[in-house]
Amino acid sequence: MVTTEHALLVKGLKKAYGDVVAVDGLNLDMKVGECFGLIGPNGAGKTTTIEICEGLLDRDSGDVEVLGMTWDANGNQLREKLGIQLQDTQLSEKLTVSETLHLFRSFYVKGRDVRDVIDAVQLGEKNNARVGTLSGGQKQRLAIACALVGDPDLLFLDEPTTGLDPQSRRRLWSLIEGFKATGRSILLTTHYMDEAEKLCDRVAIVDHGRVIALGTPAELIESIGATIPAPPPRASSASLEDVFVALTGRTLRDE
Amino acid sequence: MSDMETRTPSRRFVDRSIVQLTLVRFREFIRQPEAVFWTFVFPILLAVGLGLAFRSRAPERPLIGVVSSDATAAGIFASLQKDSTLTAESFTSDTAAQHALRTAKVAILAVSDGRGGVRYIYDPQRSESAIARLVADRAIQTGAGRADPVAVSEMKVTERGSRYIDFVIPGLLGMNLMGSGIWGLGFAIVDSRSKRLLKRFMATPMSRAEYLMSFLFSRMFFLILEVVTLLGFGVLAFKVPMRGSILDLALICILSALTFGGVGLLVASRAKTVEGVSGLMNFVMLPMWILSGVFFSSNNFPSIVQPLIRILPLTAVNDALRANMLEGASLGGVAPQLIVIAAWLVISFAAALKLFRWR
Repeated sequence: MVTTEHALLVKGLKKAYGDVVAVDGLNLDMKVGECFGLIGPNGAGKTTTIEICEGLLDRDSGDVEVLGMTWDANGNQLREKLGIQLQDTQLSEKLTVSETLHLFRSFYVKGRDVRDVIDAVQLGEKNNARVGTLSGGQKQRLAIACALVGDPDLLFLDEPTTGLDPQSRRRLWSLIEGFKATGRSILLTTHYMDEAEKLCDRVAIVDHGRVIALGTPAELIESIGATIPAPPPRASSASLEDVFVALTGRTLRDE
Repeated sequence: MSDMETRTPSRRFVDRSIVQLTLVRFREFIRQPEAVFWTFVFPILLAVGLGLAFRSRAPERPLIGVVSSDATAAGIFASLQKDSTLTAESFTSDTAAQHALRTAKVAILAVSDGRGGVRYIYDPQRSESAIARLVADRAIQTGAGRADPVAVSEMKVTERGSRYIDFVIPGLLGMNLMGSGIWGLGFAIVDSRSKRLLKRFMATPMSRAEYLMSFLFSRMFFLILEVVTLLGFGVLAFKVPMRGSILDLALICILSALTFGGVGLLVASRAKTVEGVSGLMNFVMLPMWILSGVFFSSNNFPSIVQPLIRILPLTAVNDALRANMLEGASLGGVAPQLIVIAAWLVISFAAALKLFRWR
């Protein structure tokens, strides 16, 4: 593993698409071994931020350091060390689970045994099933398996559980917790506050391309107790969801 | 998740990414029955259909009607029956005979004029009737005792290589090389792009060169199958001649497949949706289907557009294939065509790699 304090360091990141400013001076500071959550409404700039960190998009300005390296200087080295799950990738439906993972495994110099990864994501029974026949949850676990097969030091998960049923979500959570238990780092975006509360060591709430709040889930929940008039019925059991709504002025699934 | 040990990078052949990527091409192709049909079965169906529709037949024998009215008519009918190049049919009434003529069941009527002579009733505008007039007259005059003053002998020649099927098989091969090259690359790449799979690959250390090479490798493999199936069928079923060197033919096919692969890559370089690239591919291929001499000679088009037609890649491919197969031309003999094909190869690849959008 790379010996650096920070898994990810982002300073003053800016990115605009024409007139639309997607990321507007965003700062992030994520430690090695941390599971860090980015939450925010749609269009807040989460996906743009994560794709710049993944080396898939060019930034307009600002500094991005991933595992102590930069994309400009160490692009190829970095790709070997990152595991990535994108929001909207559709894996080839004609291939089987095993074939898909062997393909992804072949891209990396070092990586994990394909069979082990398939077992780890509980797709052993689906080993020879075509991707087209998998359920949404199984497809998502396969996408994460593709991210794990290169044995990454840092995992990027962009809304990994969106659209999944509660059971599939719990399975993915335990998968993510298992990865975290090995001391590696995860950057996660999500719409679900319970997910962020359960998985993340620290959470950054992003809106309009900036971080508007940062802290552990507990700190964030505590902080709003003082700043907003508590919602009368359940003031004592404020959740991260209340923080989110209070800060962004929007409800969760606001499109 | 406890066993996170990494494997040493001692890689078996099948674990190499170029091998895995090429395997993906094979798997995706053979698991798509419609692609297999259009690549292998359709050209053969087309060849069978065209071969049957335009097969060489003996010219039809003219049908000559006779009305059995008197002894002269009986003599006419007897003379006609002796001639093997025509068919005579006897009618018992004038009305029936006239009806047969009007409805083109017979080409001509040869009737007795009542004074020992013959009268032909026919429409001179109909070419089959005009021919029937000559054939019937010859048969009747010979039957009545006319002797030809000049002795005649015949040598019949039917040349393989000049039939329509001989023309169309190389054309179908060229069309197939174009179709599988452009579709094979264009569709697969844009499909991956539209599903964000290309972008996902870009997030791995995958080599871009290997990704593109995998398409060329699989194209080369399927090329062998395509060419052998279609030509094997042409040779076995229709005895299409293969007069040139097989090695030269293989080289022409490989060069052509690479060129159309390059055109496919160019077409796929920017398109974001499968619908978009389908339109583009048809826009590229349709003019060549018509202009480049697949089903009929491109010489049919006016001479002013000939220079344009000559520089189309499919025209050059078809001309080279025909020169090799039908005329036995050497590679030197098809040098101008090879130059055109190679130029397209260089231009399309250079442009495609410049324009290609990897996400």
